[in-house]
Amino acid sequence: MSGTQTTYNDKVVRQFAVMTVIWGIVGMLVGVIIAAQLVWPELNIGPWLHFGRLRPLHTNAVIFAFGGCALFATSYWCVQRTSHARLWGGPLVPFTFWGWQIIILLAAITLPLGITSGKEYAELEWPIDILITLVWVSYALVFFGTIAKRTVSHIYVANWFFGAFIIAVALLHLVNSAAVPVSLTKSYSAYSGVQDAMIQWWYGHNAVGFFLTAGFLGMMYYFVPKQAGRPVYSYRLSVVHFWALIFTYMWAGPHHLHYTALPDWTQSVGMVFSLILLAPSWGGMINGIMTLSGAWHKLRDDPVLKFLITSLSFYGMSTFEGPMMSIKTVNALSHYTDWTVGHVHSGALGWVAMVSIGSIYYLLPRLFGKQEMFSTKLVTVHFWIATIGTVLYIASMWIAGVMQGLMWRAVNTDGTLAYSFVESVKGSYPFWAIRWLGGVLFLTGMLIMAYNMFKTIAGSKVKDVPVVVPAAHHA
Amino acid sequence: MESIYLLIPISVILVFGIALAFWWSVRSGQFDDLEGPGFRVLMDDDERPPPAQNATQSDDNNREKI
Repeated sequence: MSGTQTTYNDKVVRQFAVMTVIWGIVGMLVGVIIAAQLVWPELNIGPWLHFGRLRPLHTNAVIFAFGGCALFATSYWCVQRTSHARLWGGPLVPFTFWGWQIIILLAAITLPLGITSGKEYAELEWPIDILITLVWVSYALVFFGTIAKRTVSHIYVANWFFGAFIIAVALLHLVNSAAVPVSLTKSYSAYSGVQDAMIQWWYGHNAVGFFLTAGFLGMMYYFVPKQAGRPVYSYRLSVVHFWALIFTYMWAGPHHLHYTALPDWTQSVGMVFSLILLAPSWGGMINGIMTLSGAWHKLRDDPVLKFLITSLSFYGMSTFEGPMMSIKTVNALSHYTDWTVGHVHSGALGWVAMVSIGSIYYLLPRLFGKQEMFSTKLVTVHFWIATIGTVLYIASMWIAGVMQGLMWRAVNTDGTLAYSFVESVKGSYPFWAIRWLGGVLFLTGMLIMAYNMFKTIAGSKVKDVPVVVPAAHHA
Repeated sequence: MESIYLLIPISVILVFGIALAFWWSVRSGQFDDLEGPGFRVLMDDDERPPPAQNATQSDDNNREKI
């Protein structure tokens, strides 16, 4: 199979890497628009561009288009390099790229038209769900096919994370999207009432756990050591991290349904499992950051490493905040407020986006036969703009969220509510404006990245890279 | 809570699947060396300018500390 002249399949990595940046801009632009709509409600134009329809478009675009393309690109790169083998699967490989892009386009058309199954982070209707299944199964075949034909015996830890992410997402998608179609554009969930809510958040939180965490941890375990030029702090810990995370993750979902019709014991199970998750999460975070131990000076002038290490800091922050918010007494204050939105974006902007951006910056020059990015200075500018944007976003949502929670629960001595709901809305405006500004900054960073990327690509001669013969084992 | 009747069996089957994967990986020696793989990933020799000068496994781009 693998003759000496076999080359890596970097074409598909190039395609996904470029689309990561493009979809990042699209998804974050929609995010900025809906943030502006909260500050200036008159921006809700017609039914198609209304907040209610653009918001799922934003979440789908940033999670599945931006995050998804980043995961495809990095996993395809990592699995080939660490398995010392070309991607397996022939035509399945381009099918995963074009299929995924078609799914994204269909989402961008159907969601503004109001065609939705109404399940959060799984809004797409059943024909698109079937297409997702086909692409995902192909992805799994390509990934595990490549693992199977590896020319080294050890499977690097990053591939375990990528593999778990692929399998878990397939399972979650199949169970949660089960529906009875009534027409081409309308279906009803196979579950109803609180059953549907439980399935939905079993899916929803595990989508966070496996799509937005396990997959990106795979990215972290490959690109942080590569960019730092040092092995991961403790390989042993990374293996423990993996097994601990996947054995404990599945039951955190009910914390999304505290104080609802869900039975109390189920809520408590969800809370306990969420608290347990703090241990593997922080183990992984410390393992990643400590990789730089003894080489901290590299952070000073390497903006790509800045992105990667800052992403781990935000990962640590949001995986501390999450278990805290899952405690029922804390949740009584935070639930339904902007605190949740801030928490999500601490993970989404700080962790997921930054680790993806860092990894893509690592990949781009290597993919297009260049020594480095067109401008390292612009990468540094991007880093600072993105960091300031993230901090503005999170801080404003913390303040707005806690304020809303306190106002909603405040009662007068006679037991009546101290504030009407609209008073909490009015009080939130300044913070929503700051959040919008944070989003604008983050989007600006992505535009700088796109400019830098196209300048890097310009005039590049793409060559096929031969598969590297594995280095000899050190006794 | 009929949804539990679906989710719990799924979780149980999944845990068995994970346990099986774990058992296989231990038995097949995936974790016999818990130091080397961390270093080996740095020796992939896929550094900067793609082909040509780094034909096979040259040791010259190995970092200071290896």
